[in-house]
Amino acid sequence: MKAAAVPSGSIRRRLLLSMLALAAVLSGLLYLTVRGVAARAVEATQDAVLGSAGIAIAEELRGSEDGVEIDIPYTAFSMLGAVGQDRVFYRVLIGDVTLTGYADLPLPAEPPSGLTPFFYSTTFQDETVRIAAVERAVLSDGRPVSATVLVAQTRTAAEAIAGQLANRAALLGLGVFALAALLAVVTARSVLAPVDELAEAVRRRGPQDLRPVARAVPVELAPFVTALNGFMGRLSAALSRTETFIAEAAHHIRTPLAVVRAEAEIALRQAPDDATRARMRSVIRAVDDSARSATQLLDHATVVYRTDQRTDEDLDLGDLARSVTQALAPAADLKEIALDLVVGDGPLVVRGDRLLIESALRNLLDNAVKYSGPETEVRLTVAGVAGGVRVLVEDRGRGLGGSQPAALTARFRRGTNVDDIIGSGLGLTIVKEVARAQRGAFRLTDREGGGTCADLFLPAH
Amino acid sequence: MRRPVLARALRALALILALTAPAAAFEVEEQSRFGPDDAPRTLRILSTTDTVIFAPLLERFLADQPGLAIDYVVAASTEVYAALHDEAAAFDIAVSSAMDLQMKLANDGFARVHRAPGTLALPPWARWRDQLFAFAQEPVVAILSRAGFEGLPLPRTRSDLVDLMRENPDRFRGRVGTYDPNLSGAGYLFATQDARQSDTSWRLAEVMGALQPRLYGASGDMIRDLKAGRLILATNVLGSYAVPRLPPGGDGMVLEPADYTHVLLRTALIPRTADAPDLGAAFLDFLLSPGGQRLIAAAGLPAIDEAALVAGQHLRPIRLDPGLLVFVDPLKRRRFLDEWSAAMVRD
Repeated sequence: MKAAAVPSGSIRRRLLLSMLALAAVLSGLLYLTVRGVAARAVEATQDAVLGSAGIAIAEELRGSEDGVEIDIPYTAFSMLGAVGQDRVFYRVLIGDVTLTGYADLPLPAEPPSGLTPFFYSTTFQDETVRIAAVERAVLSDGRPVSATVLVAQTRTAAEAIAGQLANRAALLGLGVFALAALLAVVTARSVLAPVDELAEAVRRRGPQDLRPVARAVPVELAPFVTALNGFMGRLSAALSRTETFIAEAAHHIRTPLAVVRAEAEIALRQAPDDATRARMRSVIRAVDDSARSATQLLDHATVVYRTDQRTDEDLDLGDLARSVTQALAPAADLKEIALDLVVGDGPLVVRGDRLLIESALRNLLDNAVKYSGPETEVRLTVAGVAGGVRVLVEDRGRGLGGSQPAALTARFRRGTNVDDIIGSGLGLTIVKEVARAQRGAFRLTDREGGGTCADLFLPAH
Repeated sequence: MRRPVLARALRALALILALTAPAAAFEVEEQSRFGPDDAPRTLRILSTTDTVIFAPLLERFLADQPGLAIDYVVAASTEVYAALHDEAAAFDIAVSSAMDLQMKLANDGFARVHRAPGTLALPPWARWRDQLFAFAQEPVVAILSRAGFEGLPLPRTRSDLVDLMRENPDRFRGRVGTYDPNLSGAGYLFATQDARQSDTSWRLAEVMGALQPRLYGASGDMIRDLKAGRLILATNVLGSYAVPRLPPGGDGMVLEPADYTHVLLRTALIPRTADAPDLGAAFLDFLLSPGGQRLIAAAGLPAIDEAALVAGQHLRPIRLDPGLLVFVDPLKRRRFLDEWSAAMVRD
C-alpha cells in the first residue's frame, strides 16, 4: 500500500525558470548597454569629424574692407568622406545673412558659444542630418561681426555602423543567454543532486529496512533527514515492540498449553469410557493446533525481526533439510506419512541466516504434512541449480483448490478448501518473507496427479 | 471683329508658352536620334560625351531593345548641371566628365538610387551612395609636338615643363594652350584639382601666363591646334581624346606627367526628374556590363580598372568624395577663377 506523493510543482523547474529569467534580463540589459554605447560612440565619431570640418572652415573666415571672405578648405569636406558616403551640407552666415551654402539649412535652437562646436540632429531634405555649428567673431570693415559655420552630414553610414554594432550586441546578448542557460541547467542539477541521491537511497531500501539514514547530507536537508530518522526510529521501535509482544504472547500460551496437553494425556489414559476418551483426544488435538499456531506466530515474529537483524553465514541446505525432516518425523509418523528426503550431489551451500532458512523449511514441510492425508508420501528435494539451491516440497494433499498462490502467501490467509483443518495462515507467509529476505523466489503450484508443489529458490550469495 | 482678336490672343499665348518652355533654357550643342522613329518608348540621354564616341554603344544597346529609340543630347558639363539642378529637365540618364558637378547633383538629391549586380561590382571609389557611377577612367595628360621641342630634352614632369618654358620663352610664346576653367566644367575640375594637388601647378600657370597662352573650351580643339602646328604644348588634355588622335611615332606626343597624373572618372547618374528611370537604369547596367565596357574601351575611354591605377604609380584618381563639393561653392569658384585669371591672363 504505497501512497504516491502529491507533487506541488518542481524545485528544479522553479530554479531553472528563475535563473533563465535572470539570464534573460541580464542579456537584455547587456544588449541595450552595448547598443547604446555603440550608438553614442558612432555619433561621437561623426561629431568629431563634423566639428573638425566646421572649425577648419571657420579658420578660413577673413575680414576685409569689402566684408567677410571665406576660402573653404578642400580637406574640410574631403575628411567627411571618411565617415562614409553621406550627403554633405553647409552654410556660412555673417550675422543673419547667409554668405554661402544651403540657405535653408536649419540653425541650432540656441546660438553656439565659445570655440567648441555645438552639435544637433534635425531633418533636412527629407533626411536626418547631424549638424556641427561653429561660431566665430570676424572683423568686417573694422567692426566685429558674428559668423556661424554649419556643417551637416546625413547619418546613413553612421546608422549602418550602429546597426552592425547593434547586431553584434544582439549576438553577444544571445550568446551570454545561451551560456547562462547552460550554466543554469548544470547548476540546477548540481544543487539538486543531494536531494536526488537521498531520494534514490531511500527508494532503494527494502520494505523492512528501517535503519536510520547515515549518509552525509547538506545542512539544508539535515532537518528533513533528522525528522525521517526519528520517524523511522519510532516506527522500528513500535514494530519491535509488537513482535516482542507476539513472541512473549506465543511463549506464554505455549507453556500452559504443554501443561494442558500433558494433563489431558494422563486423563486420556485414565478415562473410564470411550466418550470421555474421544473428548480428551479432541482436546489434545485442539491443544496441538494451538501450540502449532503459537509456534508459527513466534516464527513469523522471528522472521520479521531477523530480516532486520540477520546474521549471514554459509549454510549447507542438505544438513538443514535433514535436521528439519528429523524434527518433523514424529508428526509424520502419527499420520503414517512417509517423509522422503532427496539431497542432490555437489555443494548445496547458500549464504543466509540460519534461523530464517530453517524456519522456511520447517513451515514448508509442516504445511505439507498437515494438509496431506494419512498414508501418503511427502518428498523433500534439495538440488543445486545455477546460481543457488532449489528446495522442492511435494505432497499428495488436497492441492491449492483453485486459490491464487499469491493469496495463500498473504498473512492470515488460508485456502478455501481447508476449513476442516485448524491453521493460522502464517506458514506460507513466513516462507515468502524468507525468500524475499534472501533475495530468492517462492512459487506454489498444483502438482500433477494431485497435491501441491512448493518451490523455493535460494541464491548462493 | 471677334475672330482676329481671338487669333491674336492664341498666337500670343503660344509665343509665351514657347518662351517659357524649360527645354529650351539650357544650351544644347548637338542632338541626335537613334532607333526607329515610331518606337513606342524613348530613352533620353543627356551627355557631355561627343555623339561619335557614344554612337557604337547606343546602337549596340538598341539592337537588343526593339521598340526603343534614343534621344542623345550633348551639352557642356555646366549646362548638363544647370538642366538638371535648375530646370528639372526630363532625362533618363545624365553622363558627364565634370565629377564635381555630378557629385553636387547627387549630394543635393537630384539622383536616383540604383542597385544592380553591375553597379555593386564597381569598386567603392567608383560609385557614390549608389547614385553616381563611374564607367570610364581617363588620365589627364599633356600633349606636345616633337618638332616644337626639337633640340630640347623631352620633359617628364611639370617641373621639367616649367624649366623648359622659363629657359626658352621665345619658343613657347603664344604656342602653349590649356583649358579655360571659365568656359569648361572639365577644365575647371582639372585646374582646381591641380591647385589642390601641388604648388607646382601654380608655378606652371604663372609661367604659362607669361607666354600668352591660348585658352580652350574642349580637348579636341587643343589636339587639333597641336596637329596644325599652332601649339607645341597643351596641358590638361583628356587622354581619351588625345591617345587615339596622336598615334605613337607621329609628331604629337602624349605625356603623362611623372610627378602626378590625374585620372578623371566619367560618371553617370539617373536624374530624379527622369520620365523613364527604368530605361536609364537599363542603359547604365549596359554601360557597366562586360560588353558595354568593351565597347567603351573600343571608343577610346578606358574601362574601370583598379589594377591599372595601382600599377601606375603616378596616377592619382580624382576621388568621388564630398571634397569635390568645395570648388562648386560659388564663393570658392569666384575666388579660384580670380586667382587663376591673375596668374594666367595678362593683357
